[in-house]
Amino acid sequence: MTVILMLEILLWIYDGVWRPCQKSVLPSQTVIMAGSTSMEKFADMLAECYREKNSRVKVTAEFTGSSAGIQAVMSGRADIGLSSRPLTAAEKASGAAAYVIALDGIAVITDADNSVTALSTKQLADIYTGRIRDWQELGGGKQPIVVAGREAGSGTRSAFEELLGIKEYCYYANELDSEGAVLARIASTPGAVGYVSFDVLDDTVHALSLDGEEATAEAVKTGRYPLCRSLLLVTRGELGEQRRQVQEIFGYLQTEEGRKLICEAGLIVPDYQ
Amino acid sequence: MDIGLQQSISDVSQGRQSQTLTGKRNHTRRIEAVAESIFTLCAFFAVFAVGAITLYMIANGVPAVYRLGFREIFFSSVWKPAAEDPSFGILYVILASVVGTVLAVFLGVPVALLTAVFLAEAAPRPLAAVVRPAIELLAGIPSVVYGLLGMMILNPLMYRLELWLFHDASTHRFTGGANLLSAVLVLAVMILPTVISVSETALRAVPDQLRASSMALGASRIQTIFHVVLPAARPGIVTAVVLGVGRAVGEAMAVNLVSGGAVNMPLPFSSVRFLTTAIVGEMGYAEGLHRQVLFTIGLVLFGFIMLVNIFLHRLLREEEG
Repeated sequence: MTVILMLEILLWIYDGVWRPCQKSVLPSQTVIMAGSTSMEKFADMLAECYREKNSRVKVTAEFTGSSAGIQAVMSGRADIGLSSRPLTAAEKASGAAAYVIALDGIAVITDADNSVTALSTKQLADIYTGRIRDWQELGGGKQPIVVAGREAGSGTRSAFEELLGIKEYCYYANELDSEGAVLARIASTPGAVGYVSFDVLDDTVHALSLDGEEATAEAVKTGRYPLCRSLLLVTRGELGEQRRQVQEIFGYLQTEEGRKLICEAGLIVPDYQ
Repeated sequence: MDIGLQQSISDVSQGRQSQTLTGKRNHTRRIEAVAESIFTLCAFFAVFAVGAITLYMIANGVPAVYRLGFREIFFSSVWKPAAEDPSFGILYVILASVVGTVLAVFLGVPVALLTAVFLAEAAPRPLAAVVRPAIELLAGIPSVVYGLLGMMILNPLMYRLELWLFHDASTHRFTGGANLLSAVLVLAVMILPTVISVSETALRAVPDQLRASSMALGASRIQTIFHVVLPAARPGIVTAVVLGVGRAVGEAMAVNLVSGGAVNMPLPFSSVRFLTTAIVGEMGYAEGLHRQVLFTIGLVLFGFIMLVNIFLHRLLREEEG
């Protein structure tokens, strides 16, 4: 552990001092993206696709979390931040600008054997605030509810809690630190309930319908599905002040091809774009 | 004349030899000097690393304490770092680490100690030849593997126990088996190899005369082990336990996978968060004050490890003196 901590710290020193020094001599053909793990699939696909399309510009992406990504942008270590949560007042004040690039639905999941397949948002809020504790109360078999979710600070968590109007009133039995961990925990625990982004959903779990709306991209786009959020690209200063290469990426995402890429990454293109 | 010539030849060759010898000596001296400076440099690198880490931890961990106040962080149990009106009480996190470590040591040390006794005193050679490599292997397994096994095997078992114990409790929040007890069990297994190997060495270092005299006085083998050998090996055994504590306090990965990760009072069937997992779990998305408090947690952890090390250092010195 101490060794890991030491390495981590050396890495921070490297990140904070050495890299910025080096960056100034790097050719400005590289565009660095950093941020949310919820946007990992999207950013990786963008990087790959962009590399094929435009061999002069290299796009790289790292996934350290929304906050760390925005911080990287503000300190000049990255060009574009990937955020799955809105900017805080402090971040806006320090000059960060955010652009909605896609919508993402949050699916509420249970293990595949659970007989409950539909909930209302009211019931969901009651589960997460601890008022409903057994699936029996929701028409399922007699089985306690194991409430799982993400750690404090996670974009998915804050979006989920805000959309349900229960921010900071939740009582979690499990707080896990990635989407994959939530998926694994729910799949292996009978009676568990949790939430993940649409794009990581798979057959090991069952996505519940909310207020009568199935968890589909269509329902998110029309705004009928209750749990959806915006994914943002963040820059230091307005888009117009960015390097040409950075602006080109934003431009690319507006094209038909770019929209298709967003869809293929499991995200939803907002209609007003 | 023949003799004279021979002599002069041998003189010359000897002279040459001594010349090359001094040359060689100079050469070796230079190598020695270079090697020495390399060693010194390496040694300084370690010192520099420790110094840099200490400074870094203090510089990053203290500001949050200044801004929030000592009480607000260390004596409050409400951890809501991302709320509108955030609160950063890490009391339960510290307690969970302390309780988890103490319980793991209580569970693990007796087993480890008896294993060491078995290996050092009682084991027939072929059996020891099986047990010892197994223990060494246990030490080499990466902690994430412990965590995975704990998550796949221990957690479901714990959940069954939990369902059985709390089947008609109305206030219990079910954790699905990811709780303090799971973390304690995993930690107890993880400290075994350290404690076993260090205490076995300590037991082996006890001079044979002690055993012989005890036997001669009519004590049985078991009496000899528990009343003579173990007390004689005490300092070494305490060292082993302290090393085990160090390992348990610092473990992050395995605990992160099995402990549930919610901040709660450390009760056996509650989901808990340790100092290490608080950092691992939240660093990615934390920002502002939240991030600073995570560094404070790191500082606390660093403090714990330092305490363990200082204690260990003292012990070792006492043992020598």
